[in-house]
Order: sequence, then structure tokens, then C-alpha cells
Amino acid sequence: MTTIFGIPLMVLFGQLLLGLINGAFYALLSLGLAVIFGLLKVINFAHGAQYMLGAFAALLGLEYLGLDYWLALLVVPLVVGALGILIERVLLRRIQHIDHLYGLLLTFGLALIFEGTLVNLFGVSGSSYPVPEALAGGFNLGFMFLPTYRAWVLVAALAVCLFTWFMIERTRLGAYLRAGTENPRLMQAFGVNVPLLVTLTYGFGVALAAFAGVLAAPIYPVSPTMGSSLLIVVFAVVVIGGMGSILGAILTGLAMGLIEGLTKVFYPEAANTVIFLVMIMVLMLRPAGLFGKEA
Amino acid sequence: MTIAQPRDAGMASTAPEQLRVTDLHAFYGESHILHGVDFEVRKGELVTLLGRNGAGRTTTLRAIMNMVDRRSGSIVIDGRETLNTPAHHIARLGVGYCPEERGIFASLNVEENLLLPPTVRSGGMSLDDIYAMFPNLYERRHSPGTRLSGGEQQMLAMARILRTGADLLLLDEITEGLAPVIVQALGEVLVKLKARGMTVVLVEQNFRFAAPLADRHYVMEHGRIIDEISAAELPERREHLHAVLGV
Ligand SMILES: Nc1ncnc2c1ncn2[C@@H]1O[C@H](COP(=O)(O)OP(=O)(O)OP(=O)(O)O)[C@@H](O)[C@H]1O
Ligand SMILES: [Mg+2]
Repeated sequence: MTTIFGIPLMVLFGQLLLGLINGAFYALLSLGLAVIFGLLKVINFAHGAQYMLGAFAALLGLEYLGLDYWLALLVVPLVVGALGILIERVLLRRIQHIDHLYGLLLTFGLALIFEGTLVNLFGVSGSSYPVPEALAGGFNLGFMFLPTYRAWVLVAALAVCLFTWFMIERTRLGAYLRAGTENPRLMQAFGVNVPLLVTLTYGFGVALAAFAGVLAAPIYPVSPTMGSSLLIVVFAVVVIGGMGSILGAILTGLAMGLIEGLTKVFYPEAANTVIFLVMIMVLMLRPAGLFGKEA
Repeated sequence: MTIAQPRDAGMASTAPEQLRVTDLHAFYGESHILHGVDFEVRKGELVTLLGRNGAGRTTTLRAIMNMVDRRSGSIVIDGRETLNTPAHHIARLGVGYCPEERGIFASLNVEENLLLPPTVRSGGMSLDDIYAMFPNLYERRHSPGTRLSGGEQQMLAMARILRTGADLLLLDEITEGLAPVIVQALGEVLVKLKARGMTVVLVEQNFRFAAPLADRHYVMEHGRIIDEISAAELPERREHLHAVLGV
């Protein structure tokens, strides 16, 4: 069997694929965080819970309403995104004029409420969501086995990331968002309805998290705490990439997934901490993050 | 097309009112900055707000745009009271605002900056017209907005509100820190805008720039209008004005 540094190639590619898939989730989630932070200046601590709500909504939708996977992929982000819009209109908007730290505290509190409620209702043990039939099975690539669903996750996550990047960097609406991020007051003086833009942006960021949640449901156990553990890593990814850049969030997410995967192969003991080590290094060398603008 | 001569202010003064500010008070937090500002501008007029640093001229424009923390009194734009109008609806009454700090967006290139402010009325200048008026901007249209020189950024800040169809322009210190040739170019732009029938409120320090362009001058001090001088009265009151402005 082919080996590299004494590691079977199959194991290496397997871990790289796992890493890339984790990375796709990091990318989707850090992208949403970056978009929200850009305009609202709020670090959305509820992001992990909103991702979890996405996965749970898919699971419950399937169990109680017969909502199939493909429909869930569309409907769940809309429903959870609408919940985000409600949160922005009813809660975040009231505290937007005071220190943004309160926004962080508020979203942290919301995350605890969502998690706690679901723990009460369903307990902490995870349930599994069936892989949709059309995506069952896999391909034998010769050097490794590629499950179809994982390939799909990668494609779907990247497609949504690129779509988001395109919308923000290449369209008029995106120009409003970028300009609103820099100087919302002047945008308003130009006649742009900035409060509406803020609401939609938060809703969109939340919908991205929920979309990631639905994608994740068939591969990770669906449990009320699935988001909080992931969010810690995603925050590290965001710190590494820097808050300022959309493409930066996507690339850093993927890269960190890969680094994690490689570490699992060569030094498994450090796999769970390697991202934080990278974070510390980046913070020491480039405090604004790899893609962030130096203040 | 004839270029309106500022000194025949007679015609403009019978034109309908485009902006009337009455007993305007404005606040930043607890600081009371404007203490009852009164002035009016007729359609097609160019008036200046003159005053020393800190007199409240920028605050007056920001208050008109609903960009201060609190305001009271009355601001009628084109016959509509706007004191309770949300900030993003003011521009839609045909108001274009060029802020003192220019407000060019770093994350947008020159053309994106130009296309950014939404169209508020028909009859704005086309992108081609604008590039003809500001050839520098055309050459640098793909550069990030803040990579431009100070003068070019000022051109951009002016140019982008000409596209929207706004017919009441609030311009804050557009000549500040610019080389004399660019100041002169801006003066020519203002003459062209007047010829197009635009109404302009010009906040200026550079009196020599403003004097030949304006129909009337308002002098501000401590958050109030303390004097009004028409272009015709200017020669005999120039000394007095210099004393008030401390120039
Ligand atoms: N954001 C703010 N918060 C509190 N006070 C402010 C703020 N902006 C301006 N002021 C104060 O309001 C007063 C008027 O300022 P304003 O900027 O309107 O003056 P100005 O006539 O435009 O003068 P300048 O030549 O400095 O531009 C000044 O005393 C200034 O210190
Ligand atoms: Mg000023």
C-alpha cells in the first residue's frame, strides 16, 4: 500500500477530506459572523445556537411534518432567518445605540435560552438524521472512498460561500452593505434605508448558520449543544482570518479545516488544539488577522 | 444656454422657496449646538453659510439631513416639513449632501462610489456627463475610492450626488485643503450646476472662492445666523464681514 511519511495514503486523504468538510462548515459559519459583525458591529454569540436550530428544525420537520431533506434545505434557513429578523427587530435594535458589548451579551443569553429549552425538551444525547436517498453511497476514487453526501456538503457549502461573496463584492446591494459597514449614517443621508439593511443582514447571517445546520444534520449527531462546541472553533477561525474580509473568512475556514485534518494524521493529540495554536501565532504576528485591515 | 449671473439676484429672489429653516435647535447628546437658526434658500439660488470654526455650519447641514442626535424647530424642504422625516427619506426630497469629511468609501472603487447613492429624482446627470465634467475620475474609475488624491476625492464626493437627480445640494467646505487649480475647477463646476438650475447651500471658509459665486451670504456665530448679506451689498460690507469672520 502507498504510504507517505509512513502514513497510508488512504488515511491521509480520508482525514484531509474530513478536514475539508469541517472547514466548509467553519467557512459558512465564520462568513455569517463576519457579515453580521460588519454591519451591526455585534459579535453574534447566538450563531452556534442558530446553526443548531437549523439542524433541529430539519430533524423535527422530518419527524413531525414529513419535511424532506431538499425542502428543509430551503425552508429551514428561511424560517430560522425569519427568527433572526424577529430577534433584530425586537431585541438587537433596542440596544444598537449603546455599547456593542451588550449585543454580544444579549446574543449569548439567547444562545443559552435556545440550548436550554431544547435540552429540556429533548435531552443532550444526539439523534441522527438519515442521509437523503439520492446522496447515499459513494464513489471509489481508487486512493480512497468518497461518500456522496460528503462530496455534496463540500459542493453546496462552497457554492453558498461563493454566492455570498459574489452578492457582497459584485452587486449593488453588496455595495450598499460594504458602504453601510463603513459609514451607515452617510448611507442613510444618501437615502438608503439602513435600518432595513441591518435587519436583512442579520436575517441573512442567521439563515446561513441554519443552512449549515441542515447540511450538518446527516453527518454530525443532532443535539442541542452541537453549536456551542463548534462556535468556539469558528470564533478562533474568525480571529485568524480577521473580521474584515468575506473571502478571508471563507479561505481561513477551509484552511483551518485542512490543518486540523493534517494534524489528526500526523499528531492526533494536538488535533483539537491546533487551531487555537494558529490563532495565538496570528495574534502575535498580525493582530488584525490574516485578512483584516490593520487599525 | 446662458450662465446665471450671481449679481442679478432679482430673478432668483422671486423664485419659490426650496428650503426654509426656522428656529432650528440641534443637539449632540447633551450639547446644545444650534440655538435657533433661521434662513431660507430660493430655487436656483446659491447661498453660503460663513462663520468661524465651530460656529455651527456643519451642524446646520447635518441637522437638515437629520444626522444629529436631536433637533427642534422647523425645516421645510420643497414645501414639506421634515422635522419628523426619517434620515433616509430626506434625500428622496431631492437633497444631495456632500459631507465635510468627504465620506469616500474605501471598500468601493471610484465607479462604485459614484453609483452608490440611489437615484432620488429623474433628471440627474448621467455617468457620461459626470465623467465629462470630472475627467480625472474617469481615468481612475477602477481605483479604490480612498486611493485618490484629496482633490480627486472631493470631486468624487461632489460628483456622486449629481447623479441622483438631487436639486438641492448641501456642500460642506468643498475647497478645504485643495490646490488653487482644483479650487478653480470646483468653482467652474458650481457655475455649471447653477446654470442647470440647482439650488446650493455652500459652507465655506474660503471667502474669496465663495464671493463671486453666491447670491447671498449668511453669517453664523455661536449656533445662530447673525447676518445676511446679498451679493449686491457685499462690496460695501466686505470690511465688516472680514472683521466678523476674523480673516
Ligand atoms: N459630534 C459632536 N459632538 C459634540 N459636539 C460637537 C460634535 N460635532 C461638533 N460639535 C461641536 O459643535 C460646535 C459646532 O460645530 P460645527 O462642526 O457645526 O462647526 P463648523 O461651523 O462647521 O466649524 P468648522 O470650521 O470647525 O467646520 C462646535 O463647538 C463643536 O465642538
Ligand atoms: Mg464644519
